[in-house]
Amino acid sequence: MSAAGWSRREMAARVAAEIPEGWYVNLGIGIPTLIADAIPDDREVVLHSENGLLGMGPAPEKGQEDPWLINAGKQHVTLHKGGAFFHHADSFAMIRGGHIDLCVLGAYEVASNGDLANWAISEADAAPAVGGAMDLAAGAKRVWVMTEHTTRDGAPKLVEQCRYPLTALGVVSRICTNLAVIDVTPAGFVLRDKHQDISIEDLRRLTGASLLAAETVHV
Amino acid sequence: MINKSVATIEEALAGIEDGATILVGGFGAVGQPDLLIESLIDQGARDLTVVANNAGAGRVGLAKLMEAGRVRRIICSFPRSAGSVVFEDLFRAGKIELEIVPQGTLAERLRAAGAGIPAFFTPTGYGTKLAKDKEVREIGGRFYVLEQALPGDVALVEAWFADRWGNLTYQKSGRNFNAVMATAAKLTIAQTHYFVELGAIDPEVVVTPGIFVQRILTLPLPKELAA
Repeated sequence: MSAAGWSRREMAARVAAEIPEGWYVNLGIGIPTLIADAIPDDREVVLHSENGLLGMGPAPEKGQEDPWLINAGKQHVTLHKGGAFFHHADSFAMIRGGHIDLCVLGAYEVASNGDLANWAISEADAAPAVGGAMDLAAGAKRVWVMTEHTTRDGAPKLVEQCRYPLTALGVVSRICTNLAVIDVTPAGFVLRDKHQDISIEDLRRLTGASLLAAETVHV
Repeated sequence: MINKSVATIEEALAGIEDGATILVGGFGAVGQPDLLIESLIDQGARDLTVVANNAGAGRVGLAKLMEAGRVRRIICSFPRSAGSVVFEDLFRAGKIELEIVPQGTLAERLRAAGAGIPAFFTPTGYGTKLAKDKEVREIGGRFYVLEQALPGDVALVEAWFADRWGNLTYQKSGRNFNAVMATAAKLTIAQTHYFVELGAIDPEVVVTPGIFVQRILTLPLPKELAA
């Protein structure tokens, strides 16, 4: 079956809608970076980048790039008024010290106990790039995941137990996929919202662990 | 009169020995002191251990030093990145050793080394393969991994302003690992874009106090980048 669901931009808008003014937020490399553009202009959310930025702004206009101003994905960015620069040890003190309200990461797999696998594609890979993923996953106050619901081959990415090497244990509290918004609770995955074109039965078929229905689901 | 400024690249890199551990500042290309790194080739030191966030890109800077066969071991968080072709070839051929460290643990191991802390417990990596064989302790109901300080023999950093006492400032996201590595080595060598009179840097904005810096080499910005 085809299950296109929400576009990445729509996923980003859903996550952005849940971020209140005043939060300090780190957006992982990849799909989560789209969230930055989805935050309304009149809501002050302070974006953190591991390489030493708070108050990160959007990409500069072409020709206006500053060679010394990049984000953790090594893309040129800008800095908002009120922004700050700091060194790597301070940057990760913010992360590990629990000062970051939210980190949104991509994932290979998320388990129903909140385990996250998002850094290495196999145990055999001898040179995987971990970057700041483990620090963010272990240190942020909340870790949300933004990912396609299944792999390109249709295999579930939301599972009972991760098969990929773990990034951190029991840290993910919410997942936004192209098909559904799911909370990770002590009881397992709880469906909060879903795309209108997919039935709960089909969603359960594409999910590798039991999916509890919450009262609030818009069916 | 204290004057940490050196006139030549040879003076800047004098005395670096074979087998040294070299801390290399920068995050990707930003803040990476390419002149100092590449000049290690002529300086001649071999069998180096390099600590850096990335394992070089393209064929310049760190990648060039690696391609010259001078790096035995690299300790980094993100070895494979856009353009890390030299590292990948060397690694596949078994010609370079690799230690992967989570980025925040790397920064804190350096900070600890500079601050006289031999080891510390961190929640990062607990339960993952990067914590394998490391001591774990439960503190206040949470599990932590024991990580060791990571001191360098030499740190190579890129500064923006420097004075003859070795006080440094950095430029925007170029501060990254530079400021923490400057504290963690026995010999810290800075390449700076602007060398100014003592007192010209506002004490309120000094990022790396001169106590952490031994040598300064001035490398003026290319004209198109100079303010």
